[in-house]
Amino acid sequence: MDKLLNDFSPGLFVVSTILLLGLIFLMVKFAWKPILNSLNEREEGIQSALDAAESAKLEMQNLQADNANLLKEARAERESMLKEARELKNKMIEDAKTEAQTQANTMIEQAQAAIDSEKKAAMAELKSHVAGLSVDIAEKVVRQELSNKDKQLALVESLLGEAKLN
Amino acid sequence: MKVAKQTFKFFVVACMFFMSNLAIAETPNNDGGQVDTKKEVEEYILHHIQDSHDFSLYSYTNDAGERKHVGFPLPVILWGSNGLTTFMSSEFHHNDDGHVIVEKNGSKFTKIHSKIYELDAGASKVAFDETHHATNAHKVLDFSITKSAFGILVIGLLMLLWFSRLARQYKTKKIPTGFARVLEPLVLYVRDEIARPNIGEKHYRRFTGYLLTVFFFIWLLNLLGLTPLGFNVTGQLAVTACLAIFTLIIYTVSGNKDYWMHILWMPGVPVLIRPVLAIIELAGALVIKPFSLLVRLFANISAGHIVVMSLIAIMFTLKESLGVVGATGLSLVLSFFITLIEVLVAFLQAYIFTMLSALFIGMAVAEHEHH
Repeated sequence: MDKLLNDFSPGLFVVSTILLLGLIFLMVKFAWKPILNSLNEREEGIQSALDAAESAKLEMQNLQADNANLLKEARAERESMLKEARELKNKMIEDAKTEAQTQANTMIEQAQAAIDSEKKAAMAELKSHVAGLSVDIAEKVVRQELSNKDKQLALVESLLGEAKLN
Repeated sequence: MKVAKQTFKFFVVACMFFMSNLAIAETPNNDGGQVDTKKEVEEYILHHIQDSHDFSLYSYTNDAGERKHVGFPLPVILWGSNGLTTFMSSEFHHNDDGHVIVEKNGSKFTKIHSKIYELDAGASKVAFDETHHATNAHKVLDFSITKSAFGILVIGLLMLLWFSRLARQYKTKKIPTGFARVLEPLVLYVRDEIARPNIGEKHYRRFTGYLLTVFFFIWLLNLLGLTPLGFNVTGQLAVTACLAIFTLIIYTVSGNKDYWMHILWMPGVPVLIRPVLAIIELAGALVIKPFSLLVRLFANISAGHIVVMSLIAIMFTLKESLGVVGATGLSLVLSFFITLIEVLVAFLQAYIFTMLSALFIGMAVAEHEHH
């Protein structure tokens, strides 16, 4: 202990106190303060960059969800449009069909009416023709009668057969 | 190939360590030069762990039988009975036993065992008693730039240079390059592993500057003590006392109300015991804590130097029993491994000092929750 105290140099104590004080002051001013500030700034920068990345990720997720929704909606819309178009098409076909049907019906009716009138005309013509023939036959028969009774009968018979053919 | 390279590096480093220790071993004690016997070795080691007034690397005896010293003198600054006196340490001519007397400013100064004495008025020669104490001279206040002060200056300048360069690098880039890149993790280490956990998130910023300075100061000076230059700065009581007193002042000044309350009037114990506790707590805070800090650092570093040098001295002291080769080999192997341990101790002591300082400061500024 005595030796320790003897070794203790008050002069060196004073000198080292002064030097250490100066060193602490200079180091704090020129080194530690700027270094610690820069380190803090850098750490905050890193932290904020991480936060920004995180929020960007969230935003991206939201965007993606939005996109998916949009896509879904678009698909639904397309679906409904297609459905509508299909319905329209069917309706048009249906309409066209009924139209055609009615038109055909009227045309058939007209045709039938035309046929009927033609038929009537033909019948009338036939009738008049038959009347003419009958008159002719009757004339001929009357003329034959006058000559041969048997022949008159045969004639009537054959004329009637002809009349049937017509 | 890589292994071979590393082995070579290891070998070079090892050689450097040995060279360093050998260089210390060759520093002169007095003018005697030879260090052979146990007593001489002991004196030599004790001389080394003391501060010295000049910077000497080694000395030798030339062919003409003169001692030659390689090194340079340092300024001596004294406050004696005639006021301030300055001269260079070379005026003592490496004499350390009071035989060379320097007359300056009307006073006579002499150096005995690394301490400078002023001779009493009228005396012209130092008289010694039988225990080799000077009887007609007294110590003077010695503000010399001694080897230790010189070491502090060198390390201080190095720290300023290195760390201000690191600080400047942040202005132009986010991540430092080169040597500053090595320093940055160390700064972060002290801040995040020592200051922040011990002082707390709220107050650590105020004390980090001091803790960083002290950490690098002690560590670099400890390492400087392992170089061939033969410094022993952190093994000087004056220096460690100065460091410990800085810590003491900081935690005493920044102690909050709670801290003083717990020291002077401990809540939660019977009133009669409180004064007794106050005495114990005061002694703990003002004496025991700084004393443990200063003695721990001083003792560890001094012991390290003594052990390394004693192991080197094996090559002289065991020369007779082991032979020259045996003694030298044993000394080399042992001192090599102890030197490696000393490198670890250099860091460890810096860490412990800073850590405990942070802890003491943390205790003083801690905010207690009242129950």
